[in-house]
Amino acid sequence: MLTRDFLSLTGRSLLTHKLRSFLTMLGISVGIAAVIILTSIGEGLHKFILSEFTQFGTTLVGINPGKTDTMGMSMGVFGTERPLSIEDAQAMKRLSFVKSVVGLIQGNAEVEGNNRTRRTTVYGTGTEFPDVFSMPVQRGQFLPSDNPFQPRALAVLGSKVKQELFGNDNPVGQRIRIGGDRYRVVGVMASKGQVLGFDLDDTVYIPLARGLEMFNREGLMEIDVLYHEGTREDTVVEGIKRLLTARHGREDFTITTQQQMMDVLGNILDIITFAVAAIGAISLLVGAIGIITIMTISVSERTAEIGLIRALGARHGQVMMLFLGEAVVLSALGGCVGLVFGIGLGQFLTLVIPALPVHTPWSYVVIAEISAALIGLVAGVLPARRAARLDPVEALRNE
Amino acid sequence: MIKLEQIHRDFQVGDQTVHALDDINLEITQGEYLSVMGPSGSGKSTLLNLIGMLDHATSGIYTLNGQNVTQMDEHQEAETRNRHIGFVFQAFHLIPRLTAAENIELPLVLAGMSPAERYQRVEQALKAMNLIERAHHKPDQLSGGQRQRVAIARATITEPAVLLADEPTGNLDQKSGQDVIDTLETLNKKGITLIVVTHDHHLGDRSHRSLKMVDGRIVSDRSHVQAET
Ligand SMILES: Nc1ncnc2c1ncn2[C@@H]1O[C@H](COP(=O)(O)OP(=O)(O)O)[C@@H](O)[C@H]1O
Ligand SMILES: [Mg+2]
Repeated sequence: MLTRDFLSLTGRSLLTHKLRSFLTMLGISVGIAAVIILTSIGEGLHKFILSEFTQFGTTLVGINPGKTDTMGMSMGVFGTERPLSIEDAQAMKRLSFVKSVVGLIQGNAEVEGNNRTRRTTVYGTGTEFPDVFSMPVQRGQFLPSDNPFQPRALAVLGSKVKQELFGNDNPVGQRIRIGGDRYRVVGVMASKGQVLGFDLDDTVYIPLARGLEMFNREGLMEIDVLYHEGTREDTVVEGIKRLLTARHGREDFTITTQQQMMDVLGNILDIITFAVAAIGAISLLVGAIGIITIMTISVSERTAEIGLIRALGARHGQVMMLFLGEAVVLSALGGCVGLVFGIGLGQFLTLVIPALPVHTPWSYVVIAEISAALIGLVAGVLPARRAARLDPVEALRNE
Repeated sequence: MIKLEQIHRDFQVGDQTVHALDDINLEITQGEYLSVMGPSGSGKSTLLNLIGMLDHATSGIYTLNGQNVTQMDEHQEAETRNRHIGFVFQAFHLIPRLTAAENIELPLVLAGMSPAERYQRVEQALKAMNLIERAHHKPDQLSGGQRQRVAIARATITEPAVLLADEPTGNLDQKSGQDVIDTLETLNKKGITLIVVTHDHHLGDRSHRSLKMVDGRIVSDRSHVQAET
């Protein structure tokens, strides 16, 4: 049989029952639309979260105390580990590939100023913080490069804290109290907004050594290193590892590169997208059952016709193909309609809720359409086989 | 051209065996006009289906054009049915969503013939069956006689050697029935081997040879050459 005749016969028989074909198609459309919209949101979220992370730059390496194995378990519980110290951070500055280094300690404290009080996140950090995290100062300056072990009591306010305490007044030069100690404000950070639900503006920055004292900590929570672009990541990791191991006597710290973080995050996000696609796939399953049902009905209705075309010289295979063809055309068309719906809905959502990231990669569109056709093929197999195996004499008697 | 030797066709119904064909021996030569008569359930349709290779003998040998049909595979059987055998049924068996012309060309479509070639043949067949004006009508817009003529055109479009008609006038009034018989006989005169199952004694008398079947056996096989004009 010629392909065009095959398609024409298939089309004719689907068009005979327009409503029925349409509804069956719709089943698949809904499924494909669900898969597309859900994966688009998953993928959009993926892109969104990754871009939130990369805004700090990709030449960033974090060092945390304690050795974490691949399972994410901290080995620190079992042995003694030396805390990361201000000296460690100072030492790293001398590595050739290092652009800037900054130590970090974080805690919460009450901030008092202009007769107002606010409980906020306090970071103990160094003068290179704005450089490392690409967070510019809006007014005044960041913490100056004092003697790291005996810094002056200076503070920089996050934009929200500044707004809460001083409103529109200029706080630079004002005196405030942080955790009961007196500080002088030297600058205000530019607003950074929220990153993954964490308000970066509701913060106050004080010198590292003072932070350690305030929160009564022995060591830093983290050292962040910004390296020169063009340096290989493993060179950076190796260099830091060699230096710190020499200083600590063993490897009792963990180095996390931006790339590793992105990979881990990417994997998690892929799993989320996949899970969400699986939920959409359930509605596809329902669509597939619709196709099986309709094709089974169609085969019983057309039993005599099957007997006839066998009498006219159709082979088993041709009968099978004709019915499979109908199932595949139904599901492939349903898939197309579903794609249009899904993508359209995605566009609509972006218009209505701009905050909701929606992204439909072309590969998903192609995969969804291929899946739709495959579903038709699989769903059509049983009814088509039934048709092909009918005894022609029996079939012809059926009228 | 058709040779049946010790053909049996048994059906198992529950724990009973029905002998639909019981030791049939029959030879039919090219161009014959054969009628098959007999009471209902005597095995006429079973015989026709077997000759048309829609059904298979339980035992015995069936030779068609010197070829042992019993040994053909599914592919060869389908091709033989397509090229060498035409079926006409009491119930017409036209596909309702296709036009008369499309129904007629169906065997050619299944065989993979090109549309241009098909068109010529179908036009000819429509002309021969006096159906030109009906070419684009659906079966439900045709009279019984017209439907059966479409079915005959379809059965003969591949120019088969044998035309098998199972009670072709069973669903038709007197006049349409006569029309259909005339059409079939014209085809026979042009050389096709015609085998007609019928209840109509008048038709039985017009054929050149008539078989009578009872309980799966051929009880009489008469030739009446005198009917030939
Ligand atoms: N598929 C079948 N299963 C069981 N019995 C059958 C089947 N087909 C035909 N028969 C039996 O075979 C006999 C001959 O049937 P058939 O050839 O249709 O008779 P006719 O066409 O002469 O009326 C009948 O007794 C019928 O009941
Ligand atoms: Mg019968």
